[in-house]
Amino acid sequence: MTESLLTDEARAMIGVTSEPGVHRVDRSQIRLFAEAIGDPNPLYVDEEYARTTRWGGIIAPPTFVYNLKPGAFPEIPLKTTRLLNGGDEFEYFGVVRPDDVIVVIAKWTDLYERTGRLGQMVFTIWETTYTNQHGKLVAKHKATRIRY
Amino acid sequence: MATAPRWDDLVEGEELPPLVKPALTTQQLVMFAGASYDFYQIHYDKDFAQANGLQNVIAHGLLKMAFLGQFITDWIGPNGMVRKLGCQYRGMDYPGDVITVRGTIVRKYEANGERLVDLDIWTENQRGEKTTPGRATVALAD
Repeated sequence: MTESLLTDEARAMIGVTSEPGVHRVDRSQIRLFAEAIGDPNPLYVDEEYARTTRWGGIIAPPTFVYNLKPGAFPEIPLKTTRLLNGGDEFEYFGVVRPDDVIVVIAKWTDLYERTGRLGQMVFTIWETTYTNQHGKLVAKHKATRIRY
Repeated sequence: MATAPRWDDLVEGEELPPLVKPALTTQQLVMFAGASYDFYQIHYDKDFAQANGLQNVIAHGLLKMAFLGQFITDWIGPNGMVRKLGCQYRGMDYPGDVITVRGTIVRKYEANGERLVDLDIWTENQRGEKTTPGRATVALAD
């Protein structure tokens, strides 16, 4: 029988949180992101246009928050070498604007093993909160990453 | 951009206008690596990707998810709001691949004073592979 990749040491990481990552959102960072994804929406780059919308100014595209990383976040110790992205889920309660200061905290929430096409795999799940300078939770993110 | 959708006109099961992206390029993957701080070499170093069992460099999952985001924000217009966006990564997309984003209306309903629409969304490449199936909930402006 194959030995499990999930050691007690790995399981002990569930519930562990990161240090907060603190980021001032830069207008040019939003622009670079919009250009990289090939989205010409003026809401992300044109202040004059954006002022005419309900937001009253430039906002970031929905998945932009993922670029704002948590502080030190200990990795789950696993004897694997490769990584694939399994999926992502975002929930939004507000928007991110240029010059916002966003506090990003991540937490390991789940860990499970599966055997599939790639052999033994461990699914690692973490959840992240994004809170702005007004203390408002603007977004939550849940990431599933596959280590094998 | 197209006119924002009118709540009263929406029909469950209706297909949304597709978004056809320009063919993926390694240059775009490099730009996205820089814009998203994701420097895992499988996205821009072909030797590294092949040593990891891939046939070529692959598009970032989050890039394809951003395409899903563009698709729904194009549809709802600047005064709508994305409430939820989620997807799974089921397959690889490579430089040269042409990604089309498609979606259908699953349900429309009112909750918490908002007019909400649940959508089934996915990316599809020219081989017909639905590599990034997902779901979204959007709040309409009107």
